[in-house]
Amino acid sequence: MAHSHADSHEHGHVIGLKIHLTILLVLVFFTVITVWAAGINFGNPNFNIIVAMFIASIKATLVGMYFMHLRYESPLIWMFVAIPIVILFIMIGGLFLDNPTRTVPGKSSYIVSRADAAPTTKKSHDH
Amino acid sequence: MTHHAPAADSGNYQGPPHVHHMDSATAYSSAKLGMWLFLGTEILLFAVLFSGFFLYRWMYLDDYHSGSHHLNWKLGALNTLVLLFSSFTAARAVSAAQNGDNKGVVKLFSITIACGFIFLVVKYFEYSGKYHAGLWPGKENYYEYMNFLGFYFCMTGLHGLHVILGMGLLYWGLRKAQKNRFSGAYYTPIEVGALYWHLVDLVWIYLFPLLYLVG
Repeated sequence: MAHSHADSHEHGHVIGLKIHLTILLVLVFFTVITVWAAGINFGNPNFNIIVAMFIASIKATLVGMYFMHLRYESPLIWMFVAIPIVILFIMIGGLFLDNPTRTVPGKSSYIVSRADAAPTTKKSHDH
Repeated sequence: MTHHAPAADSGNYQGPPHVHHMDSATAYSSAKLGMWLFLGTEILLFAVLFSGFFLYRWMYLDDYHSGSHHLNWKLGALNTLVLLFSSFTAARAVSAAQNGDNKGVVKLFSITIACGFIFLVVKYFEYSGKYHAGLWPGKENYYEYMNFLGFYFCMTGLHGLHVILGMGLLYWGLRKAQKNRFSGAYYTPIEVGALYWHLVDLVWIYLFPLLYLVG
């Protein structure tokens, strides 16, 4: 990173090849982790999706910070990035909080299971 | 006379600001801010589809599992690697443009566009496989997991449209680089085009595990 400070430009920080290559390798590594983690049986299939989305968010942060230069951007751009993400968290977080409270008459939960067996206390789904 | 023009009471009003009157630093940061604002709306566009997916997955978990098994995760993983690599070359192109290396921009954006093309070819084989297996949405193809496949086609279709638009945007930047337009003082089209391309990669980073793996 130090060498990129040497040449002065009118605007913008130049990111060196070494950093980009490192980020690419880390992203590939996390892709392997994603595939591996999806095969683990956590007992609750909703846990798999939360783990997958969490790993994806680590990857997205790396892409944003180093490929999209967010690390070197102004507070104004940060605000423009933060607001949609906050709205996204409210929407999807609210959905995850709300789903378990939904019930339909005659069923103990909202879940429509084809097997129709034990909707809430899920037996381990063979994934 | 003065009470007719309240906005121009300073006396030296010279009409609306014009692009050519903007200094280059302002033009650069406005263009970038505009692209980020647009990317914010894109995130929310996909967020709606993700929300719908999460809700229906909660309701029809078994169908989502069986639907997910109709997707080939190896092809999805291949496309993930292709897009990650294309994002890397797009990011390198921005650094090249900042250093005034127009030839480098042409080379790197050509690789990025080629990766987009590979992605679409893989997607074509996936789609045509689904079509021939009768897994296409329609009245005659009713399966319990059709809801899952509906989301699959909707989300990957919208994403594929972004790949095509992104390739067009990168080609526009590539043509400018061929005319040696970029230097450390001016590389806005390259940076803005690359930002859009990274969004295409970002969306796929979430779509791949969601559709192909955990379903």
